[in-house]
Amino acid sequence: MGYSGLRVIWEGLTGQTGWKPVWRDPAPKPEYDIVIIGGGGHGLSTAYYLAKEHGLRNVAVLEKGYLGGGNVGRNTTIVRANYFLPGNSEFYSHSLKLWEGLEADLNYNVMHSQRGLINLFHSDGQRDAFVRRGNSMINQGDDAILLDREGVRKHLPYLDFDNVRFPIYGGLLHPRGGTARHDAVAWGYARGADRRGVDLIQNCEVTGIDIEGGKVKGVQTTRGAIRAKKVGIVVAGRSGQVAAMAGMRLPIESHVLQAFVTEGLKPVIDHVVSFGMGHFYISQSDKGGLVFGGDLDFYPSYAARGNLPMKEHVMEAAMTLMPMIGKARVLRSWGGIMDMTPDGSPIIDKTETEGLFIDCGWCYGGFKAVPGSGYSFAHLIATGTHHAPAAKFRLDRFRTGRGLMDEEGTGAQHNLH
Amino acid sequence: MRVEGKGLIDRSRRVTFTFDDRRMTGYAGDTLASALLANDVRLVGRSFKYHRPRGILTAGSEEPNALMTIGTGAQAEPNQRATTQELFDGLVAQSQNRWPSLARDVLSVNDLISPFLGAGFYYKTFMWPRSFWEKLYEPFIRRAAGLGALNGRNNPDHYERAFAFCDVLVIGAGPTGLMAALTAARAGADVILADEDSRMGGRLLAETGEVDGKPGHLWAEEVLAELAALPNVRLMPRTTVTGAYDQGTYGALERVGQHRPREPHLPLECFWRIAAKRAILCAGALERPIAFPNNDRPGIMAAGAVRAYLNRWGVAPGRAVTIFGNNDDAHRTAQDLAAAGVKVAALIDSRTGIEVKADYPVLTGGRVVATSGRLGLARITVQHGGGTRTIATDCLAMSGGWNPTVHLTCHMNGRPEWREDIASFVPKPGAIPGLVAAGACNGTFSTAGCLAEGARVAAETLADLGMSATKADLPRAEDGAYAIEPLWHIPGKGRKWLDFQNDVHVKDIKLAVQENFRSVEHMKRYTTQGMATDQGKNSNVAALAVLADVSGRGIPETGTTTFRPPYVPVSIAAMGAQAQGKGFAPQRFTTSHAASVERGAPMIEAGLWYRPSYFPRPGERTWKEACDREVKMVRSAVGICDVSTLGKIDIQGPDAAAFLDFVYANTFSTLPVGKVRYGLMLREDGHVMDDGTTARLGETHYVMTTTTAAAGPVMRHLEFVAQVLRPDLDVQMISVTEQWAQFSVVGPRARAVLNGVLDTPIDDTSFPYMGCGAVSVSGVAGRLFRISFSGEHAYEVAVPARYGESLYRLLLAQAEVLGGGPYGMEALNVMRIEKGFITHAEIHGRTTAFDIGMDRMVSQKKDCIGQAASRRPGLLEEGREQLVGLKPLQPASRITAGAHLFDEGAATKRQNDKGYVTSVCWSPTLDSHIALGFVANGRARLGEKIRAVDHLRGVDTTCEIVNPVFFDPEGGRLRG
Amino acid sequence: MRITCPICGERDRREFYYGGNAVLADRPARDAGEAAWDAYIHLRDNPAGTSRELWQHEVGCGAWMVVERDTVTHAVHGATLAPGAAR
Repeated sequence: MGYSGLRVIWEGLTGQTGWKPVWRDPAPKPEYDIVIIGGGGHGLSTAYYLAKEHGLRNVAVLEKGYLGGGNVGRNTTIVRANYFLPGNSEFYSHSLKLWEGLEADLNYNVMHSQRGLINLFHSDGQRDAFVRRGNSMINQGDDAILLDREGVRKHLPYLDFDNVRFPIYGGLLHPRGGTARHDAVAWGYARGADRRGVDLIQNCEVTGIDIEGGKVKGVQTTRGAIRAKKVGIVVAGRSGQVAAMAGMRLPIESHVLQAFVTEGLKPVIDHVVSFGMGHFYISQSDKGGLVFGGDLDFYPSYAARGNLPMKEHVMEAAMTLMPMIGKARVLRSWGGIMDMTPDGSPIIDKTETEGLFIDCGWCYGGFKAVPGSGYSFAHLIATGTHHAPAAKFRLDRFRTGRGLMDEEGTGAQHNLH
Repeated sequence: MRVEGKGLIDRSRRVTFTFDDRRMTGYAGDTLASALLANDVRLVGRSFKYHRPRGILTAGSEEPNALMTIGTGAQAEPNQRATTQELFDGLVAQSQNRWPSLARDVLSVNDLISPFLGAGFYYKTFMWPRSFWEKLYEPFIRRAAGLGALNGRNNPDHYERAFAFCDVLVIGAGPTGLMAALTAARAGADVILADEDSRMGGRLLAETGEVDGKPGHLWAEEVLAELAALPNVRLMPRTTVTGAYDQGTYGALERVGQHRPREPHLPLECFWRIAAKRAILCAGALERPIAFPNNDRPGIMAAGAVRAYLNRWGVAPGRAVTIFGNNDDAHRTAQDLAAAGVKVAALIDSRTGIEVKADYPVLTGGRVVATSGRLGLARITVQHGGGTRTIATDCLAMSGGWNPTVHLTCHMNGRPEWREDIASFVPKPGAIPGLVAAGACNGTFSTAGCLAEGARVAAETLADLGMSATKADLPRAEDGAYAIEPLWHIPGKGRKWLDFQNDVHVKDIKLAVQENFRSVEHMKRYTTQGMATDQGKNSNVAALAVLADVSGRGIPETGTTTFRPPYVPVSIAAMGAQAQGKGFAPQRFTTSHAASVERGAPMIEAGLWYRPSYFPRPGERTWKEACDREVKMVRSAVGICDVSTLGKIDIQGPDAAAFLDFVYANTFSTLPVGKVRYGLMLREDGHVMDDGTTARLGETHYVMTTTTAAAGPVMRHLEFVAQVLRPDLDVQMISVTEQWAQFSVVGPRARAVLNGVLDTPIDDTSFPYMGCGAVSVSGVAGRLFRISFSGEHAYEVAVPARYGESLYRLLLAQAEVLGGGPYGMEALNVMRIEKGFITHAEIHGRTTAFDIGMDRMVSQKKDCIGQAASRRPGLLEEGREQLVGLKPLQPASRITAGAHLFDEGAATKRQNDKGYVTSVCWSPTLDSHIALGFVANGRARLGEKIRAVDHLRGVDTTCEIVNPVFFDPEGGRLRG
Repeated sequence: MRITCPICGERDRREFYYGGNAVLADRPARDAGEAAWDAYIHLRDNPAGTSRELWQHEVGCGAWMVVERDTVTHAVHGATLAPGAAR
């Protein structure tokens, strides 16, 4: 059923009785052409683009919990294309373009809000690094504007310009950066995939991957065995466990990243703002909560929850940068499981097993990549060739040293990106 | 309405406050909520989505409706619960989320169009035309949403954070908590008793039942007096334990100053980190509403709250009160009201077969099916005995049963367990290691049961800690049974509200199920049920029951959403206390700081340190004029610069040389005693980690320097190598960065300056280029290193930090006599670029020794950190971006750092990108802009032209690719 | 989170630095080959359960230690000093 304002009015007049299920709950079939393991944002968008772009509809998405229950449902909702290294540049640029057409494409309002993102810098050296980044963005065809201190003040008058520990030298404004309603992205893709015939199977945990003679044959699940010609693994923080079922050891360590939301407040922060001295980034949701986050807790974890030291550090950064939010109260804090790679950049690649593909290593930048990752992964699964914007996301780059994409420059320590 | 003879307030102390500019009075001991009810104020807020009128629902921190802004100006605190805000003289409260006034709120029109605004409607519309989302729809939604407002001004209040430690943390000071704390304290354990209320006692303050033959609140007072007198007990009232974290760490928020006018020398709030060996959760229970049609009007309250207002604060929230419940506890409210002389218009018990003797009407098997009253309840319609009747009432006390306060036990992903007999969730045992739940939060509801369980759990906890409880008799108290028949929602015309703040009603849940958002998480996220400021404390269980019912599942199979920290919202200012302004990070000052400031040098941040940018002289208008002068001064005479911020690591031991050979790419075992060598340090992944010089002071004694930024990480790395990778090496190291003040003395007259302060003059023989050794500096034992970061004849002289300032002033005085003086970071940077020396602008974590032309330094004769990985094929390819110098064809043309490099004629797009500019300066020495940068295959392209394009700054300059050493490439000046 | 340092006793997590999985203690020989070095620097078992990790009591005694910890429950099972830490 198509969504529209008229439809909303009609249903309002008729007691909302006409709305149909957003997706079916099919029982798993014994065999599919393609099985996608993982019903998060990336898995759902992969299935959607397999059906839409490649006409592949005999596809199942297997989700051990509920759809969209992983990192797509627990992030700080930031959408941006402000990377500077080749590989990342073209990929996130492509992904942002998909975002910009997403509502029309999905017929679902994901509330993509291009309110502008400002990365603050606090030294000459940081400014130079951000200029390099901004120029990369423009060379890629994206947008970036260099703001001096007064330029930042015009956009963000509420920052502490006078007494902050690390003075604000300026900022890099990415006007097309912004936010989106995270759950809606998962639901919109799920609905789109379901409408194209993809089976979305919840409460179905994969317990084994069947491989014979170097070829993938299917998966074992808590709801029985399912045969498949091709299998795609898209399980973020759980990549290590699922890949191990195929005998693989990945360059990934899973870490916890916390996020926070305050009680609802009238509009006060109109941009996405990112502090340059200590990890802190913030935006305000349409409901009025200030949504913010910081760095990893720095120890491996699958607990989807964190501890006080990093919470306090994030609040400290908030207080030095924008002390006007001190009286906002944190309503809820939670954690996601981040699949951290040695260079902080992702992997979309074939594996040594024929027919087995993997999409992982999104670290804590996976949300904005949901459209692009699904698009490129679907391309790889469907055609067997790498999609150009994601062609550098190779698994073997760590072994060969070719095409490393270490945006932070912190080296092969998984938790430092 | 105030009730004579009731309550624990101090009627001798009147307190004046304002609510929405209306002046009112209350008494000491009141909360804002009790005082408002005493003043017959029922309408206190507006709901989030439909702006429906809202009244006080509860008497605790779980309040979803009575959220107000307390205070004015920059001190105003939005979203404070009137139910926990203690009253004080001069308190100013404003209602929120309404315009122009609470009674006449324009956006209440939303309620009229609410049929169109069902759960998730916004996902289905507002999509056309595309640009209208940011321009029209979203701004409107944002303005309509939100509760209170921040005022945009810097927070003027003070906050603190603190640590506390104990054997037993008792969370909640009701009957269970008091008994647990008393038992643990009498046994000698270190006890912290924390309670979020201003006054400890919990429900004992809100009930009329006796404990040990005396009113419950008096028994509580006696216990608290005994606890307060014990040295091993810390009582923490107004302190909410907000989160349970790993290994017995608990977060707690103490409201220190919100209950009185501001005291400038006291914090407003304190955030505690409590490390407890064991914890006993005695958090009580929260009463849940019943979802009957229009159950959200001001005047409809939780029955236990009505009782609390009566018994603790002496307030009747209505003049004709009705009570509607499905359990025995509802009857207590009726009894207490009647005993206090408040009219009970009716008691409606949904259960049949209940025998009640009362002198007020009791309607068993009855249900409230409608209510009316626009801004406050006026009457209810009750279905009873096959007919309906209307009852005039201005307050309806509802009790859908009690939910144990299980929240903290869920903070580590533990799921609570359903207990059919009390129709509630109880904590899963062991969900938080070291924490045990007792009393009402564990599903034990009678006072006697709570007292017994508190004592028993405390005794078990003590035994677990190797201590033993002293035998004591339990106080006597009521031990009534708690019988309940689940009643979640009542059919009928009108919306049955669940989440009062977020405006979620039963039909929203049904719609979610209809659209297949059947998972409890999907239902929550689609309807926003439980996402308001109470995080579902009032509504989640009922919503879950409705979901289970509609989707044809039982409650246990339906599952729960997750309660996450904090239990009550915590201000950012409290958790980030002391970080505002400069408190965010330590400030580190060099010993020369005061002397530099005296000379007017702007001090800039360098990591945690502050360093002088330049030293302005009269007549100089810009930093560049000063910088140019300083460069010329150094290159022609002498300059002094404090370099103490560089990391200094003292390394000693028989295997110190072997150790350095292992951590550096190049070799240090061959370095003679009395010499210094440049060292290149790699990460294990083959990229450059840091660089610096290391001096050999003795056969087994080296001093390493690091860059300022890498001092900490390098120290940690060396410890890692020594302790983990190379325990075979006998070597010790310690950071001595702060112990030594170190100054560079640079320029043709450097030696003359030094010889003015050294007790024994030096010459090229005693201190040749790259020589080092001990010296006596005006009688102080110091060290001297002949090293240069400028290309000039230069030294670094080090003395113990306590002599740093004196030496700096002495060196400046000597230098000034010789036509020199101080120079700052700007000049230092210019001179290092002129010499092609790298900093972290070049070794930014992605560069290899190969990239910076130092590949040959990576010794192949020995193993070292990073050697194997640096041999990966991708790190040695000629096409990699390599360090070069860049010189504009027109010397006056600017180059900017961060510009990208393109071949002439190529379009400036990513595919044509040949590299980037890392460091730039105006070189007064060469009278030209110069730069360092990285160019693909750059070393093979010297002499070629390339464009440096900076879109952001509008700079496009054609340059020649040159050797990165612009000045004195032969190094003659170093040795001169 | 609290960790018991074998030298200093139980301390808050903020005194410690996490330095990677304990596989980092088993450094390959310089000529062990590309695969061994790739495994050492990049590849991880990444267990959901008991994990052996290298931590430093950075703002305490400075000792590096192997901490055995559960990555699902965050339970800390114990810590043993790195071979060179006892010196």
